[in-house]
Amino acid sequence: MNKSHPLLIVIGGCVLLGSVATGLGYWLTGGGPQSFRSDIVVHNSDGSPDSPPQASSPESASATDNTGAGPDAGPPPRSAIPDNEFGALVRKGEQIFADPGQYAGQYVGNDLRCQSCHFDAGRYDKTAPMRAAWPMYPAYRSKNQHVNDFAERLQGCFTYSMNGKAPPRGSDILQALEAYSFWLAKGTTVGESLPSKGFPDIGKPQQAPSYERGQAVFQANCALCHGADGQGQQAADGGYGFPPLWGKHSYNWGAGMHKVETAARFIKAAMPLGNPALTEQQAWDVAFFVNSHERPQDPRFDGSVQGTAKQFHHHDYARYGQSVDGQVLGSQAPPSATVP
Amino acid sequence: MTRIPLLAGLLILSSAALAETADTAQSLAQPCAACHGQKGQGGMGAYPHLAGLGETYLKRQLDAFASGQRDNPIMKPMASGLSDAQRATLARYFSKQSPAAPGSNPPADNGAGAELVRHGRWQDDIPACVQCHGPDARGIGKDFPGLAGQPAGYLQDQLKAWRNGKRQGDPQGLMSAVAKRLDDADLAAVADYLASLSAAPGQEGQP
Ligand code: HEC
Ligand code: HEC
Ligand code: HEC
Ligand code: HEC
Repeated sequence: MNKSHPLLIVIGGCVLLGSVATGLGYWLTGGGPQSFRSDIVVHNSDGSPDSPPQASSPESASATDNTGAGPDAGPPPRSAIPDNEFGALVRKGEQIFADPGQYAGQYVGNDLRCQSCHFDAGRYDKTAPMRAAWPMYPAYRSKNQHVNDFAERLQGCFTYSMNGKAPPRGSDILQALEAYSFWLAKGTTVGESLPSKGFPDIGKPQQAPSYERGQAVFQANCALCHGADGQGQQAADGGYGFPPLWGKHSYNWGAGMHKVETAARFIKAAMPLGNPALTEQQAWDVAFFVNSHERPQDPRFDGSVQGTAKQFHHHDYARYGQSVDGQVLGSQAPPSATVP
Repeated sequence: MTRIPLLAGLLILSSAALAETADTAQSLAQPCAACHGQKGQGGMGAYPHLAGLGETYLKRQLDAFASGQRDNPIMKPMASGLSDAQRATLARYFSKQSPAAPGSNPPADNGAGAELVRHGRWQDDIPACVQCHGPDARGIGKDFPGLAGQPAGYLQDQLKAWRNGKRQGDPQGLMSAVAKRLDDADLAAVADYLASLSAAPGQEGQP
């Protein structure tokens, strides 16, 4: 599926980056044009995973088996954030990541947070950590068929996973998230993929994923927290509790998580929270079930579900445009980008 | 352990249980006040408060005391003396009471405990306590109890009980899995920090 080949990328001028807050200045060493080689993963046209398959089990995907370069030290501790202007921007980035609804509310259209999927404010090595992402950009993405820098990658998260709107390039929101990711990636090598990149790999399902089996897995393992109706729960004092898995307050039909395989990898590695012990088959089944529910429209919607499905939804087990209980998924989708 | 409330509790309890006609929630809850405070609001030293904890959670605890899944010599006779319906009535009653108003003490300034409660220790696969117990550790829904403001010794005992198997039957084994991943040094740190938070909203400086 994924074939990788090297691609030569030239960052010209750093004009855009030059506008980044002064605290980031020392990152832009030299200031002049730089070039580097990078192994970039090429995706199939439906926008498959941004990363090559990872180690085969969550255990072996731990950051300690970085072959060649020795074990990865992981991100620096929170206490190491410096007490200066750069540190202030890093802290702001962490706040946005942990609670974008509060700190970047005008760009968020659902009840999720970045850390709903990237745990511990993007630090946990089994949920696509920012430490592993930062050194791998700019990168080609089949999703939009061009080379994306990190800022554009972040914009995609707001448009799809957060069902919101992309903060403008150069906005302090993107700058803070970049500064934060840059700081988390301290000591990594530019262009070298850490074993922790993306969500850990999962084997192909033994049996084709099934809605009925997935529903049973859901009731036994997920409903306790996410609710029998998948709509999550609020905390006793009204704060964030457990996030919704489908419906108008969840990720939309263009988000990475709507793909059954991506969701299966996340679920196998991280759910049920604190005790992720499902078999691979159970993870596939429940991912299939979760993604067989209506959610906000694909922002790339072209006016027809079948047309949009044809263009963007031909990955394995794609659910968009398929019928569940006589209803075509996508046909009753609430609007996308319902930002306040 | 205080013996007087225990005896008093048992006496009043058995008479209440006999008088099935006076089976209102309030009269059933009367004997509990000796150890759990008025309306289950606590303030009775080492005993936990019950007010505002989730209904399903409370019922499950009473059942577990009765069955021995949660091994406690004081609560076992209390819970066993109650019918299933009475346990349900009590669980509903205490879940509806508001927790005690916040005190004026600031949260404990305790680096390690606060860090675990708010961020967990994910390099050891330990989630943040707040992910399941709510952003201010005041609980989520009917199954995930608030921890804020419970006595530190009580909290620590519970974590130990999961580690040595004296407390079982938690849903999906979630809490025992977390407790078993904590170090001995973590127990006191998290317990002290959680005990210093207030069970009811309105206090500054919450996590
Ligand atoms: C609904 C779940 C979800 C939410 C919420 C979410 N993401 Fe993601 N994110 C994903 C998935 C899925 C991927 C793709 C990972 C892969 O390819 O394995 C991803 C990828 C990324 C990447 C690229 C990672 C890499 O290794 O290339 C970045 C950066 C990122 N997300 C940042 C964010 C930020 C910032 C937010 C909040 C504004 C956010 N995400 C919210 C699910 C989510
Ligand atoms: C103990 C409670 C708990 C259980 C059980 C649980 N989850 Fe989660 N789940 C969470 C929490 C909490 C988050 C978000 C993490 C955060 O924000 O800190 C989450 C996030 C998610 C997300 C990404 C965010 C979103 O809303 O889409 C998915 C998907 C998910 N869970 C699926 C599942 C599935 C499938 C199961 C059952 C196999 C499951 N969860 C079981 C607590 C739980
Ligand atoms: C003599 C003192 C005493 C009396 C009276 C008493 N309890 Fe308890 N209760 C305790 C102790 C001690 C514990 C802590 C047990 C442990 O450590 O596991 C406890 C724990 C509990 C718990 C678990 C709380 C939690 O947060 O998990 C519940 C529920 C409970 N009691 C309900 C009741 C009810 C209902 C009554 C009245 C019918 C009652 N108790 C009367 C001493 C008492
Ligand atoms: C994955 C979800 C989850 C996480 C994370 C979690 N807990 Fe729990 N916890 C639970 C559940 C569920 C219960 C209720 C158990 C029961 O019903 O018997 C519980 C109960 C408790 C209790 C008993 C409360 C009482 O009144 O007796 C304590 C103490 C506790 N947790 C402490 C912690 C601490 C400390 C942390 C963080 C280190 C933590 N929990 C993290 C799920 C979780």
